[in-house]
Amino acid sequence: MEAKETGRGSTERLLIERVLAGEKDLFHDLIRPYERGAFLMAYSILRNQDDAEEVVQQAMLKIFSHLAELAERDRFKQWAMRVIENEARMYRRKRRQHLYEPIDNSSTEGFEEKPFHPRQFADWRDLPSDIVEQKEVREAVAKALGELPDIYREVFVLRDMQHLDVAETAEVLGIGQSAVKTRLHRARLMLRDTLTPVFAKPKVSIWERWKGMNPWLAAKR
Amino acid sequence: MVSCKTIIANLSAYLDRESAPEMRQKIERHLRSCRRCSAVYDSTRKMLVITGDARIFEIPAGFSERLHSFLDATLSRT
Repeated sequence: MEAKETGRGSTERLLIERVLAGEKDLFHDLIRPYERGAFLMAYSILRNQDDAEEVVQQAMLKIFSHLAELAERDRFKQWAMRVIENEARMYRRKRRQHLYEPIDNSSTEGFEEKPFHPRQFADWRDLPSDIVEQKEVREAVAKALGELPDIYREVFVLRDMQHLDVAETAEVLGIGQSAVKTRLHRARLMLRDTLTPVFAKPKVSIWERWKGMNPWLAAKR
Repeated sequence: MVSCKTIIANLSAYLDRESAPEMRQKIERHLRSCRRCSAVYDSTRKMLVITGDARIFEIPAGFSERLHSFLDATLSRT
């Protein structure tokens, strides 16, 4: 564990020291590994590319100017993600269209205690690995993600899209590890339900199946 | 036989390989015989492959360049 983390961790610590000592240019190198995740985080909250881009820019500036306050230098990633998240939420609060969206998550409070029951039981077809490059697939996933209540979406984005571990996710969101696990579980089941109609195996009629089994009819196709 | 409810409740932990060995065995046995639960398990697994793929999310073209030139311009003024 120690040995594995020394590489990235110590380079990052060193970068932070040098940025703080006045080598501003190195800030670019410090944030480069996280800019994609930062955009993803901001976009998942704001659901608008231009807004997300603006938020990431402002948040990165904040990260730069508050860098000295980061006491635990080996927690840069968690801290940076938290800044991005806060910035995106603040931005959304300012821009919020009061008429369309609830201002907080009160509607989902207590909701997570109840078990979630899947409603869709269709098998998914086998998906080629390049399916993620298809526009419709990307749009379907983004839409399904956007429909998740905040508290589930943020956990899902951090754990299953940015691949942070449970402890890191808990730290970014300021919640307990068991809440991370409960919410992640629910987020996965909800998303799966929403996406099942998109990825389900096409229904084959009894006639088609019978034709497939009948060598004479199959040969005629 | 464990109920479908229990299986579904433990599915995430199972997918993350965090279930206790005993629960793990129960789940595996259940999945072999229950079509509905195995469909839920299998599709969740497929979904996680898709959502976990970095390519699923397209970053706008020029995002990184704009970010860094914004920082360049702003930081040089500080």
